[in-house]
Amino acid sequence: MADTLVGSDYITPDILAKVTGRAKYAEDFRAEGMLFAKLLLSPMPHARVRRLDTRRALALPGVRAILTADDLPDLGGAERALTNEPLYGGEPILAVAAVDELTAAEAIELIDIDLEPLPFAIDPIESLRPGGPDARTEGNVWGVPPPPAPGQAPARPAVERLKWTAEDFAAATDGQMPMGRATEEWVHGDLEAGFAQAHLTLDETFVVPSTGHHPLETRSAMAFWQHGKLYLHCSTQSVVRTVDTVARWVGVEPAQVVLINEYTGGGFGSKGAGSVTMAIPALLSRKAGAPVMMRVSREEESYFGRARTSMVGRARAGFARDGRLLALDLFLVQDGGPYGPMGDHRSAGTAASLVYQPAAMRWRAVNVLTNTPPRTQQRSPGPMQANGIIEPVMTKAARALGIDQLALRRMNAPEGRAEYGPVGADGQRRRVTGANVRASLDRGAELFDWSSRVARAGQRKGSTVRGVGVAVGPHGAGSVGYDGLMTIRPDGRLYVQSGVGNLGTHSVIDLARVAADVLAMPWDQVSVVWGDTSKGLPWTCMSVGSQTTHAMTRANHAAAMDARQKLCEIAARDLGGSPDDYELRDQRVSRKGRSERALTYAQAAARALELGGHYDGHQLPDDIHAVTRTAATLLAGQGLMGVAKDTYPRNGDTWSFVAGFAEVEVDVETGEVRLVDFLSVGDVGRVINPRSLTAQLNGGVCLGIAHALYQRLFYDPHYGLSVARRFHQNRPLTILDVPHTMPAVAVGVADPETPVGAKGVGEPPVGAGYGAVLNAIADAIGVDAFRRAPVTSDVVLMSLTHGRRMHEPLQAHL
Amino acid sequence: MSEGPNTTASGEQAGFTRRNFIKGVIAAGATVSASAYMFRANVAGQDSALPGAVERLLTLNVNGQERRVDVAKHETLATTLRYKLGLTGTKLGCDRAECGACTVLVDDVPHYACSVLTHSVRGKKIVSIEGLASADGTLHPVQQAVVNGQGFQCAFCMPGFVMATVGFLKVNPQPTRAELAHGISGNLCRCADYNKILDCMMNAADLMRRA
Repeated sequence: MADTLVGSDYITPDILAKVTGRAKYAEDFRAEGMLFAKLLLSPMPHARVRRLDTRRALALPGVRAILTADDLPDLGGAERALTNEPLYGGEPILAVAAVDELTAAEAIELIDIDLEPLPFAIDPIESLRPGGPDARTEGNVWGVPPPPAPGQAPARPAVERLKWTAEDFAAATDGQMPMGRATEEWVHGDLEAGFAQAHLTLDETFVVPSTGHHPLETRSAMAFWQHGKLYLHCSTQSVVRTVDTVARWVGVEPAQVVLINEYTGGGFGSKGAGSVTMAIPALLSRKAGAPVMMRVSREEESYFGRARTSMVGRARAGFARDGRLLALDLFLVQDGGPYGPMGDHRSAGTAASLVYQPAAMRWRAVNVLTNTPPRTQQRSPGPMQANGIIEPVMTKAARALGIDQLALRRMNAPEGRAEYGPVGADGQRRRVTGANVRASLDRGAELFDWSSRVARAGQRKGSTVRGVGVAVGPHGAGSVGYDGLMTIRPDGRLYVQSGVGNLGTHSVIDLARVAADVLAMPWDQVSVVWGDTSKGLPWTCMSVGSQTTHAMTRANHAAAMDARQKLCEIAARDLGGSPDDYELRDQRVSRKGRSERALTYAQAAARALELGGHYDGHQLPDDIHAVTRTAATLLAGQGLMGVAKDTYPRNGDTWSFVAGFAEVEVDVETGEVRLVDFLSVGDVGRVINPRSLTAQLNGGVCLGIAHALYQRLFYDPHYGLSVARRFHQNRPLTILDVPHTMPAVAVGVADPETPVGAKGVGEPPVGAGYGAVLNAIADAIGVDAFRRAPVTSDVVLMSLTHGRRMHEPLQAHL
Repeated sequence: MSEGPNTTASGEQAGFTRRNFIKGVIAAGATVSASAYMFRANVAGQDSALPGAVERLLTLNVNGQERRVDVAKHETLATTLRYKLGLTGTKLGCDRAECGACTVLVDDVPHYACSVLTHSVRGKKIVSIEGLASADGTLHPVQQAVVNGQGFQCAFCMPGFVMATVGFLKVNPQPTRAELAHGISGNLCRCADYNKILDCMMNAADLMRRA
């Protein structure tokens, strides 16, 4: 394989449109006769529509259609775009389409609606108290469905009612999280034996608050219908994988949906397969018989633009004298909002088991519903929260045992084909494909000059004191089994079909670098086709969970190998010998040692068209997905086709790790925390795109830093309404909050279980940034100074003034 | 939450509870926020004969061209650019002067176009992201530096950052990294690789000095 493109910097083909303003995001499209939509949002956290009269609104000149929940397909209890029983303040109840937005908003004011207020729950722990409020009329926690029958999809869990006893609450003192009955649990190893052997046992509670995703582009969308097909301009992380969700939300067949989304203004998990609200302009457009644009404002984004699950967690940890983690008993109370269920609590448990490698571990959890904005996965969903809950225990243990915090983490780090989680049905624990965490920590310690910084930590200088912190963020980083699709056409160029979303990670284009390398194709002869499902895009992973780079480099490697084989077969057929006698170079397929016996790629492509059959896509492999089959059929006859499913073996689960190193300076008079330096080292496999690697590492780290220092959602607990509705009340990280340079490197060890060696990188830096900054603050002002994030100035000052932490210990949202 | 001026000591008036009052405020807040996105398609209801009325038809200088445009009096420059003049490169991220995605130059000074009334920029020179490159397609040095460095990720904030940088470099062509960071700190990037943005923009300053 000619490794010239993978691993080298390049300029992506979309950047010129971006930098000149020509790149069209969803709200940049126009259509003749386009109407505008406005929403009626619930002013209460939980209510039922008692009476609704839209006559006056419909009579307003310029109003064309009104959509209510009654117009939406039944989704079997899952969240819909509109509702007659709003479960959170700001939930859309109905939508109006009118000739302009002012008219639509006036029509909203003319809606006669009567809402019956219902009881609501904002705080998950309060909901578990005896007599505590329930988020839904049927209960307050997600149950666990029975294991699915073989070949069946798992059933949707039921909402149940769970209240802990007064004794459960009384048993928790000093701000510790009470631990009543858990709805989910697993155990690995002999937990009590671990605690019995422990030299040091710690028991700490930590609160990870919820944070909104707030991509800079809100989830605006524009829709129109033509010949029974829905054309949707929207914002999603995953182009191909959004077709099925849109079809379900709108109530049509996937074949009726054409999705156009060449540019997405960020997602961070909130636009995984689009947004349920995209059904509103789609259905309004059908009802009004005209295109409909729905622009989502920043406030609306704060309501239905999704947020991270918050977790209150209690970790009891037993350490040997040398620092080895012998036992970890982790109990999580997850606030999953009103819909779901979310699974962050489960991935937090498995991630904790992997990244801290406790010899024995018990995981227990309750997945609570609240009447707060709906949650979805946010960049490192689960592992990041695990970092937040367990890092304080590790840092405190290091201090108590007199061990350097880096040495403690190194000692307990996963290495090689590390095991994690409980024993499965097959009697085995799960394993990763390969972990190089110690090498990452060692590299970081050297680059960060860890020992010098440790030496100056804790020394008072004027009113400031410095601290250092380290943390390892883990995250799953790859899936398998998707399809690649490409053609070499008679113009001699390679056209790679990419079903990945263009959300800024560059993986939408990066995957074509792999194909170009396999085919020895110069980059200027490669076109990437993306962003429009009418253009023939293959079955693709969702762009979530840091899986795309791994999954789609595999798929495109497979499809490129298929194209390569076909090139060699055609050459052998025309020029003699066997396919194995041929090699690819200089855009020719030529006989080894006799380079004059060659076909140019353009000639080979023309011959593929003459030969037909599997050479040009008229015959397709049996194992490709139906979506790929449709796409390949569309492209059949246009060139020599490479098409294949990724069937490469993989032994183990693909995980990436990032080691984060932080130094902070805390002003003990003002409580201000300044991040002095940050360095990250990624154990993220072989690097495909070096500049995108640093962007992903630093971008993820910055999200974690923001969670550690600034961001959170909060509510008026009395009325149950969100207060953090804008950037102003929920401050994101700015350019002034980051160190002037932030080195980010990779250890560069290829993953052994994938042909390209590449793994995902977007998510593990979040927990690394979060944990390292929290640990650095603790190092500066004391390991017991805080037990929740963000660590704002008031938290620091109150703790320093009173000599102990003073903040509310358990409340999920302050 | 403190008592509002319209509430009695008990927090209630006839048919007017504190709870309903606050709910009303909250509901109204959502509507007010929506109103900034609004404009009349045909400027109906705007009678120029009324006292205090403003002219509807303006001539704006946008990207070096005189453009005649029909503008409502409450219309923001971002709306005019995006919905009247087809210049969708100016992005709306918050519509409330918090994020900077809509930054354009007005007489060489960066402004949040979401918070500038179009009527206030008559006779001024407006430059949006679409007006930076030369007619032959040659990129402005700031744009070129972004391309060279593969700066930004999702790039929704990119036009605003580029315009803010162009404006800042006009008055401070040789900034330190810290000065530049301050100069463009009115812009948010949620992908948050601020480091690479600064790298690109420092290179931009360099390219501009050499140009």
